[in-house]
Amino acid sequence: MKKTALLIIAVLGILLLRAAEDLPFWGDPQSPASVHLSDYYLEESYEETSVPNIVTSVLADYRGYDTMFETVVIFCAGITVLIVLRRTHRRRAKVISPRPERPGADIILQTAARLLVPMMQLFALYVVAHGHHSPGGGFQGGVILGSSLILLALSYDIQMALHRFKEKLVLLFSAGGVLLYAAIGLACLFLGRNFLAYGAWAALLGISEPEAHSHGMLGVEIGVAITVLCIMFSLYIDLASGGDLDEGL
Amino acid sequence: MTWDASLLWQFDLLILPMVIICAIAALSFKDLVSCAVISGAFSFLMCLLWTEMLAVDVAFTEAAVGAGVSTVLLLGTALHVKRKSKD
Repeated sequence: MKKTALLIIAVLGILLLRAAEDLPFWGDPQSPASVHLSDYYLEESYEETSVPNIVTSVLADYRGYDTMFETVVIFCAGITVLIVLRRTHRRRAKVISPRPERPGADIILQTAARLLVPMMQLFALYVVAHGHHSPGGGFQGGVILGSSLILLALSYDIQMALHRFKEKLVLLFSAGGVLLYAAIGLACLFLGRNFLAYGAWAALLGISEPEAHSHGMLGVEIGVAITVLCIMFSLYIDLASGGDLDEGL
Repeated sequence: MTWDASLLWQFDLLILPMVIICAIAALSFKDLVSCAVISGAFSFLMCLLWTEMLAVDVAFTEAAVGAGVSTVLLLGTALHVKRKSKD
């Protein structure tokens, strides 16, 4: 069995290496990916969206539909883990998983976490808000926000983190982030443009159209950040406690 | 115009063997907790590679998701299943 697996992997590896020879060189301006659309984005995106970071403008504006469903995928992944693992009092599990030994509270760890968590959250908000100008955006900021809550749950315990952020609220907000994204897109539809064509907001907010694109992107990034934050936290509390939310790692 | 892809080949030469070592180690270790930690190290090295290729947005995501959260999630899962892998 093991030899067959090794053989299959070797054959696949050789095939992949042969295929990799045909890939364009890194950063090749003549590669198919960069001859059709890249020039347009590089030249026009600042005039059209007033966002200096082209990655953000492509991700949240030109490819906004993709990003919306990426957020939906994250939401679905979180919900699936919840469905499989979550155990309530009514739905007792037959198998009791071996719970790792938990030593008593560590005051150094808890004080350090208490100092770190606000810094992490502030930095995450900066990453979300500054995604227009520097690397970052909703996904990264949401993950950092989520990991600040995970740090809280790791250094204290899950109960303490859940006391600050109830499970019901976590699930409500994880759906709310996606809905916020979709609502911004739908509003454009009702204002007489295409879905997620943020230019429609210009007349309503009294700003120029590129600025409306920029604000629309900020709105959807906030939606993404909320969903990612809630799903990351929900994934952690379900996986680390084995589904009963009593104790974590 | 052709692009000079050997911009930072010394850096590549340093990082790429470590990436391969990490990948093989993560597959061959029996202890799942060590595997989780090594996959975190793998993500961190990949993050360095993305930075070197000037894909800073991707590197940021790799650092936050790959090296940060997913390591914690893997550790949390590894402690709840049997720690020793069979193969």
